[in-house]
Amino acid sequence: MLAYIIRRLWQILPTMAGVILLIFFLFNVVGGDPAYLLAGKISNPEQIANIRKQLGIDEPYWMQLLIFVKQVVTFDFGASWSTNEVVSQIFATRLPASLMIGIPLLILETIIAVCIALAVAYVRGSFTDRAAMVTCTVAQSVSILVYIIVFQYVLAYKFGWFPVQGWGNGFLENLFKFAALPILIALVVSLAPNIRLYRTFLLDEVNQDYVRTARAKGLSENRVMFVHVLRNASIPIITNLMIQLPGLLVGLFLIERFFSVPGIGREVILAVERSDFPVIKAVTVYVALATMLANLAADLLYKAVDPRVELK
Amino acid sequence: MTTAAINPNNPALGIERSPGLWSLAWKRLKADRIAVVSMVIVIAFLLLSFAAFFGLIAKDWNKEIAINYAPPTLFKDSHKPAADLRPGAATDAGPAVDGAAAKPEFINDRDPLREVIIELKAQLGQSTGAADSGIKIVDPLADVLTELRKQLGRTGDGAANVVEAKRLDYLPFGADKWGRDVLAKVIQGSETSILVGFAAAIVATILGTVLGAFAGYYGGKTDDALNWFYSIFSSIPYILLVLAIAAVLKQKGVVTVVLILGLTGWTSIFRLVRAEYLKHKARDYVRAANAIGASNLRRMFVHIFPNISHVVLVQLSLHVVLFIKSEVILSFLGFGVPVDTVSWGSMLNESQNELILGYWWQLAAATVFMAVLVTAFSLFTDALRDALDPKLK
Repeated sequence: MLAYIIRRLWQILPTMAGVILLIFFLFNVVGGDPAYLLAGKISNPEQIANIRKQLGIDEPYWMQLLIFVKQVVTFDFGASWSTNEVVSQIFATRLPASLMIGIPLLILETIIAVCIALAVAYVRGSFTDRAAMVTCTVAQSVSILVYIIVFQYVLAYKFGWFPVQGWGNGFLENLFKFAALPILIALVVSLAPNIRLYRTFLLDEVNQDYVRTARAKGLSENRVMFVHVLRNASIPIITNLMIQLPGLLVGLFLIERFFSVPGIGREVILAVERSDFPVIKAVTVYVALATMLANLAADLLYKAVDPRVELK
Repeated sequence: MTTAAINPNNPALGIERSPGLWSLAWKRLKADRIAVVSMVIVIAFLLLSFAAFFGLIAKDWNKEIAINYAPPTLFKDSHKPAADLRPGAATDAGPAVDGAAAKPEFINDRDPLREVIIELKAQLGQSTGAADSGIKIVDPLADVLTELRKQLGRTGDGAANVVEAKRLDYLPFGADKWGRDVLAKVIQGSETSILVGFAAAIVATILGTVLGAFAGYYGGKTDDALNWFYSIFSSIPYILLVLAIAAVLKQKGVVTVVLILGLTGWTSIFRLVRAEYLKHKARDYVRAANAIGASNLRRMFVHIFPNISHVVLVQLSLHVVLFIKSEVILSFLGFGVPVDTVSWGSMLNESQNELILGYWWQLAAATVFMAVLVTAFSLFTDALRDALDPKLK
């Protein structure tokens, strides 16, 4: 087990090196010279040279690459170009808000999506099943932007059930007042694709022999579906959850932006708008790392869920 | 005689040509009612965007032909026109033409002569009562303004090159902030979104197919290298990669958006195509091709590719939907198509502020058009996949 984890972590290194190279290529080679951008419209050559020196971009590429690697390893990306806030500080202060929306969302979404998927898989082929699938397809076709605009307008602005936007200081105030509508919208948006996905996972299982055996033994339908089928379908469901996890941090960027939630996603949008390269670089590298670790975690969870799985 | 022997359709031989994959798939597709309906909708959208592309329809979407926020025809009584909400127009006591559809407002926010118009109107005392006639409304200032405009030449954003004399009170789909026809805009937006969706999907499909073919066919070192490349791109969440590239590429334009989406979206196609080539490369027909001296490239793309092209086609179709959705988000955020091109995303962006004022038609038009196309396209893709690979069902 330990040997497996170590080997997998070792395998992350070349991919991580590739991610660093890609980001470096994008921002330091393709991105061009940010000195003009930072110096503003009126600038003399001296200022520009100064800024270049400050950013370390007057160095040759290999030196810049070394600096970048050092930044990644030491978690020290310096300060944001536009606000001068230290990048690690930005991460630390923005993460709670993103998690405040992301974690309840993930829990609610999984429970609801699995339950609905179980229900429609149970009545597969019936009118209910087909109606549910068509609803999901149509719901998926409407842009997330429309959900946000309409829900914010109707539920918050018109009916006043939720604050239109903003963020507070208290934990409970944030969770139940400010995060409620963002979570609701994200839930509506993510349910449709997940129900469809989980339904196919469950359908793969309901026709298996063990299900027939379980029924033949006289088990109740609830027990067959929730204990036998669900347990066997949980491997792909867990994979899907784990894959979603890191993307959740930035995936909620539109919602965070509309509701002025001070999270990581909103920070990424702001950074792209302001050409704030250090922030984007840091977010991209660490989210990529988180993705790889989440994949490893998913593989380890397989073992916990299904003892037949062998970790090689 | 030899040709007759080779031709399997020759009735004299009594051999009936067995239907191929494509004709069987077409038969299955035709039998599927949902597939046919969604295909018709998709084709209608394609024709619409082709017509818009060649300037046959919706060419004048940028012209201001109606009053600001003119309501849609069906709902003409449900909204007061924007003109009455303006502080300047509030003093305007001219009788309304008929109930709610009130006097057109001749002042345009983007008009460089706006100040002049307001001033001149004040001088004229506003009482010339253009609306009294009710049928044909003539701006009393039109002559003066046309004269001034001629002197001014063509104005900045081309917004003012419209004679302000005749503006419609309502349009079938309503009008936007500048009085532009929402129907023309949404058609033009379909053209942009569909063009970007298809172009980006083609770029991604070609990239994914070629790389996947090399990785699967050659295996070994090539496979390792390409897999490494794949793992890099797939470890960064898609939307983050898109935003990172958008941050770097400063030039805005349709080509940039196509490149951003195409260069980031090839990974799932790569994985599937690679698996197919792994499966096919050891098959007998490929070895036979090798035996008759076909080169590697020929074996890859002339012999194997037609046998896996159905997988590629389904992926292409899937990615068009994905990229249309992504383009809308990018354009909404302002990282997508330039400002002078209309897209569903930029329409949604404008509609954000309009909704609070109660002008919902632009939002509705963009939403409905996009939802209909994407639903039809998704259903068509599902049907296509089932038709091409009945085992999957």
